[in-house]
Amino acid sequence: MGATPSAPGAPVERREGRAKVTGAAKYATEYAPPGRVYGWPVPATVARGTVVSLDTSAALALPGVLAVLTSDSAPRLADAGDPTLAVLQDSRVPHHGWPVALAVAETLEAAREAAGAVRVRYATEPHDVTLTVDHPRAYQPDEVNGGHPGERRQGDPDGAFADAAVRVDVSYAVPPLHNHPMEPHGATALWRDDELTVFDSSQGGDTVRATLAKLFALPEERVSVVCEHVGGGFGSKGTPRPHVVLAALAARHTGRPVQLALLRRELTELVGHRAPTLHRVRLGARPDGVLTSLIHEVTTHTSRIREFVEQAAVPARVMYASGSSRTSHRAVALDVPTPSWMRAPGEAPGMYALESAVDELACALGMDPIELRVANEPPAEPDSGRPFSSRHLVECLREGAARFGWDGRDPRPGVRRSGPWLTGTGVAAATYPVLVSPSRATVTAHPDGLYVVRLNATDIGTGARTVLAQIAAQALGVRVDSVRTEIGVTGLPRAPLAGGSAGTASWGWAVHEACRDLARQLAERSGPLPPGGMTASADTAGTADAESPYARHAFGAHFAEAAVDTDTGEVRVRRLLGVYAAGRILNARTARSQFIGGMVMGLGMALTEGGGVDPASGAFIGSDLAGYHVPGHADVPAIEAHWIDEEDPHLNPMGSKGIGEIGIVGTAAAIGNAVHHATGVRFRELPLTPDRVHV
Amino acid sequence: MKPLLYVRAESVGEAAAAHAGRPEARYLGGGTNLVDLMKLGVERPEVLIDISRLPLDQVEELPDGALRIGATVRNSDLAGHPLVRERYPVLSQALLSGASGQLRNVATTAGNLLQRTRCAYFQDVGKPCNKRVPGSGCGALTGVNRDHAVLGHSEHCVATHPSDLAVALAALDAVVELAGPGGGRTVELTEFHRLPQDSPDQDTVIRPGELITGVLLPPLPGGTVSRYRKARDRASFAFALASVAATVQVRGGVVRHIGVAFGGLAHRPWRARRTEAALLGSAPTPEAVARAVDAELAAAVPLRDNAYKVSLARDLACEVLGSLTART
Amino acid sequence: MEASDRPREHSPGPDSGPADRGGVLPPTHSRMTLKVNDTVHVIELDHRTTLLDLLREHLALTGSKKGCDQGQCGACTVLVDGRRVNSCLLLAVAQEGCEVVTVEGLAEAAGADGDLHPLQQAFLDRDALQCGYCTPGQLCSAVGMLEEARAGQPSVVTDTDRPTDAPVRLTVEEIRERLSGNLCRCGAYPHIVEAVQEVVVRDVAAREVIV
Repeated sequence: MGATPSAPGAPVERREGRAKVTGAAKYATEYAPPGRVYGWPVPATVARGTVVSLDTSAALALPGVLAVLTSDSAPRLADAGDPTLAVLQDSRVPHHGWPVALAVAETLEAAREAAGAVRVRYATEPHDVTLTVDHPRAYQPDEVNGGHPGERRQGDPDGAFADAAVRVDVSYAVPPLHNHPMEPHGATALWRDDELTVFDSSQGGDTVRATLAKLFALPEERVSVVCEHVGGGFGSKGTPRPHVVLAALAARHTGRPVQLALLRRELTELVGHRAPTLHRVRLGARPDGVLTSLIHEVTTHTSRIREFVEQAAVPARVMYASGSSRTSHRAVALDVPTPSWMRAPGEAPGMYALESAVDELACALGMDPIELRVANEPPAEPDSGRPFSSRHLVECLREGAARFGWDGRDPRPGVRRSGPWLTGTGVAAATYPVLVSPSRATVTAHPDGLYVVRLNATDIGTGARTVLAQIAAQALGVRVDSVRTEIGVTGLPRAPLAGGSAGTASWGWAVHEACRDLARQLAERSGPLPPGGMTASADTAGTADAESPYARHAFGAHFAEAAVDTDTGEVRVRRLLGVYAAGRILNARTARSQFIGGMVMGLGMALTEGGGVDPASGAFIGSDLAGYHVPGHADVPAIEAHWIDEEDPHLNPMGSKGIGEIGIVGTAAAIGNAVHHATGVRFRELPLTPDRVHV
Repeated sequence: MKPLLYVRAESVGEAAAAHAGRPEARYLGGGTNLVDLMKLGVERPEVLIDISRLPLDQVEELPDGALRIGATVRNSDLAGHPLVRERYPVLSQALLSGASGQLRNVATTAGNLLQRTRCAYFQDVGKPCNKRVPGSGCGALTGVNRDHAVLGHSEHCVATHPSDLAVALAALDAVVELAGPGGGRTVELTEFHRLPQDSPDQDTVIRPGELITGVLLPPLPGGTVSRYRKARDRASFAFALASVAATVQVRGGVVRHIGVAFGGLAHRPWRARRTEAALLGSAPTPEAVARAVDAELAAAVPLRDNAYKVSLARDLACEVLGSLTART
Repeated sequence: MEASDRPREHSPGPDSGPADRGGVLPPTHSRMTLKVNDTVHVIELDHRTTLLDLLREHLALTGSKKGCDQGQCGACTVLVDGRRVNSCLLLAVAQEGCEVVTVEGLAEAAGADGDLHPLQQAFLDRDALQCGYCTPGQLCSAVGMLEEARAGQPSVVTDTDRPTDAPVRLTVEEIRERLSGNLCRCGAYPHIVEAVQEVVVRDVAAREVIV
C-alpha cells in the first residue's frame, strides 16, 4: 500500500492482518513456555447433585500424568463474586458439564486419556432443565442484564390493546444459542514464585487480572495477563471464564506452566450461551397504523448459580411511540449452565420478536412495513422521555429501501414462484445502545517522529490497533503510519473490555484525550525532544461515564430476500443489505467487515442455529459444530453494508457509536419476514430449518 | 485414547494377519470418523492397522462392464472419476453432497460405509446408548430425536446411518467385497448394513477381522438416468435430514428399471422396494409416483420430534423420480 | 534465504516425546520422517498424536489452528502431498514420508514473489478476516481448492454436462460450495469469496495470456 490515508474513516488496512495471514499471530495457547504441560477438565455427566467419590488412581497410573486436581486437592480460591469461576472448590454439581476434576499431563494425549480415566460417582438429585412459558417457578427479576429494570409500563396497555382497532397477539421462540468463537477458550498459565502470568483468550485482560488477583488473593501487580490476539468472543470471553482459572489452579498445583483449551463441545456448557427466550408480543393500532398499545413479555431461563436475564424486552422501550406499553421479563432458574452475553444480548432476540410482530401488524393493516415504522417514529425515547442524541432510523429505512429496490414491492405473500422456489422480501429495524466506559491511555512522542499509543485494549478481530492509530493520528495531526499502538497486555494503562460495542469509543476517547494533550504540549515547546520522548496520559473516568441527558442509540435497517424450496423447506437468503446510522464511522474497511459479520450471525440465528437441552441428562444436544450449525460459505450471499453520515455531538470526541453488534439485530426478523412474504406462512420459532418450514 | 500400537500393512493378507486374535484392533483408512471417535472415547482400540496404503486405490472397469471401486479410493477421487461421473451420476452427486472438500480428500470408500452414526447420544460417553454400550438404554428414544430414524428402528436404537455414498450404492445394487481370516466373500450392499433390532452395536454384517477390499457396481441398463438429492439444515457441510438416490429407465412410457433408496431415515440406507415394485412396468405419472412413494413410507413410525422426515422424504422422492422420468 | 529445494534437517527437540531418552522407543511410539514446509523432520512421537498437534505442540508451527479438533470447522486445514486435509483428524504417524505445507509455508511453496502468497495478499486487500483464527485454514483450503478446480474436480454444484477433465470455472457459487468446510464465525465469508475470486480472475487472465 502506497499512500497512508489519515482522513477520518479512511479504510486503513488492519495492522495485524499480515501476522494473521502468515500464521505468525499468536493466540492464548500458542506460547509454549519451557516445561509447559497440558490440562484437561473432567466434565460432570449429571445435571444436579454432588460428587460422592472420585477415583483418580487409574488416571495417575498412566505414563506422563502429573496430577489430577479435584475439589479436595485443588488450591483454594477466594470469592471473586462470580460463582461460575469457583471451580474445583466443592463437590456440588450445578449443571451438566461442570468441571469436577482436572487432569494434568506432559502431553495432550496423556492428559485426554487421564481425564477419561477418572472415575466419578455422583449422588444425583432431580433436575429441571426445561423452560416453559407457564413454568411454576418463573419469577419477575427486578433487574435484567445491562442494569435495566425488569418491567416498565406506561398507561393502560391492556385496556388500550382491548380497544385497539387492529390487534396482533403473537408468540415467538428463540432457542438457546451458542457464541462458538472460532478459537475455543484457552489459556496458558505460569507461576513464578507468587507471580502469575496468563496468556488468555479474553475480551478484556484487565478484568481477567482483577478477577484472578481476587481468586488467588494476590495484589493485582503480581498478575499479568496477555491477550495479544483473540480468536473471536462475541460476548463469551467478556469476563474471565473457567478455563483460565483451571489453568492457573493446575499451574499452581503442579508448579509447571499449564496450557488448557476447552473442547468445542465444552464451550456450550462452560462459557455461557444466549438463553432461550419465549416472547409474547401484543400490538394494538389505529387503522392508520399508529400504535396505541405495545406489550412485550419475555420468559427466559437462568442458572441456579448466577442470575443472568436476557433483556429481550428492553429494545421495545426504545423503538416506537405508543400510547401505552408494558415490557417485562420473567426468568426461571433451571439446572442449566449459566447464560451470558452473546452478540447483542437483549436486542438480538428481542428485536427478532418485536420486528416480526411489527411486520405482522403491517400485514394486518395492509400497510407497508416501512411506512408503519415511520408512522410510529417517536419524538423522544419512549421509555425515558429523553431526547435522542441522534436517531436516523427513518433515513436508514429510506436509504435501504432505495438501495434494495423496495419500492413497488408487491405486498402479497406466497405469490412469487419459480419452479419449486417461492421468494419474498422482508425488512426490519435495528437498534443498539451507545455504551462507553472509562479508559486510560498514554501517548509518547519520540524524537525520531514515532508516536506510541499505549493502553490495554483487546483486539478480538475488530482491528483495534488500526482504528486507535487512526484516532491518534487525527488528534495529533500526523500520518497514521507514524503511530504505533501497543495493546493486549496488562501493565499498559488500564482499559475496559472489548464488548457492548463500546471498545473503540471507550479506548478511543482516552487515546484522543491523551493525544490532544500531547499535541498541546508539543505546540508549546521548542527544540528537540528529550531522548525518551514526551508522554501524555489521559483517564476518562468521570467524563466517559458521565450521565448523558440524551438517549443514545445506534439505529439501522435490514433488508433481506429469501427463497424457500417448497420441495424441502430449505431457505436460502439471496440478498442481505444493511444501512446503519452509527455516528461517525472510524474505519470504513474494518467497520464494513463488522457490520457484515453481524448480519451473517443474524442469518445463522434465522436459518441454522439452535441448541436444545436433553431433558434426561441436562446436556446441550448438538454441542459440536456438526450438531450446531453456524452458517457456512454456501449459506451466505453477497452482503451489502452501508451507513449514513451521522453527526452527533453528544457521544465522544470521535463522534462514533458502536458497530460490533447492531448487524445481528433485526437481521433474523428481516429474513423471517421475507420467508413469510415468500410463503404466506408465518413461522414463529427459530431457526427456520426444514423440519419447521417444510409443509 | 489409549496408548496405541500402530502397524502399517503392505498387503491385505498382512492386514488380516495383524488383526487376527486382536478384538481391540481397528483398521485405519482415512480415519476421519475413527480418529474422531477415538478422541471422544467411543472407540478405544489398542492397535491400529493402517490400511490406507494398500493397493486398493483404483477404480477399474471389469470385462462385464461393471466397475470395481477399491476400498481405499478417496471420496473426492471417486466422485471425480470420469467413469463414475458418466455412468453413475447419482454416486458422484451423493459423494459431493457429503462432508467437506477436506474430508472427501481423506475419507475412503470403505470407511464411508463403515462410519458410525452421528447420533449425539452415541457420541457422548456420558449418555446411555445401546449401540455404544449394549444394555445401557437408548437416550434418543425419549430424548431429542429430531435427527433420528422413522423407518426400521427398534426400542433399542433409533439412530440413522449418516452416509450419502451408501444410499447411492444401495440404489445401484452395489456389492461389497470382503476379505478376512476365513477368506473372501461378497455381500449385497443392501444387506451389508443391519437394522438395529436388539443388537444395535452391530452396524453391519462384517465379521471380526474382516476388511472391505472393494465395492462392485454392476452396469446400469442403457438409457438409465440417476440422481441424488439431499435436504439438510445448512446449505453445505451437513448430514442429511433425508435424502434420496434413484436410478430410472423408462422405455415406451413404462418404467423398465428402477432403484430407489432413502438416506437419513433409518439405521441403514433404506432401499425402497415397495416404491420400485409399484412403478416397475407402469407409466410414471405424478400420481403413480406419489402412490409408489407413499407405499414405502406407510411403514414409517416417527418419533416425537421427527414426523417432518416422512413428508420431507416423500416430497424429495417425488421430485427426484419426477425429474428423472421426465428426462429419460 | 535458503534454496527451497534443499531440504533442511531438523533434529527433534526435547518436546518430541519421551522416546529418545533410552534410545529404545516404547511400542506406542514411532520414529518418522515428515517434510513440513521444506524442512525434513525426523520425529519420535506417540501414535496418538495428530498431525495438527504435531505441528502446533511439537514443531512450534502454530499457524494451523485448532477450532474444533473434530474435522467440523476447517481451521486446521493444511496441504498433505498437495491435497487439502483436516490435520486434526490425521494421525501423524500415518503421514510418514508425506510433504506437508502449512500456512507458514504457503508463500514459499507457491514460489511467491515476496513473502506472501497471492491469496494471502488478496485476503489483506479485501479485509477477508477479522479475528484471524479461521484464516490459515481458509487460505490453505482455498489453495487446495484452486488446484482441485484446475484439475477438473467437480463439486456438487458443478454443471454435470461439462467435459470431465477440463478446469472448472469457479463461479461464486462454486467457490462458496467448495470452501464450505471452512467456518468463520466473524462472518468474513463475503470478503473471503471476493478475495478468492480476485485470485481466480487473475489466474485465468494469466493463463489466457500464456495461451
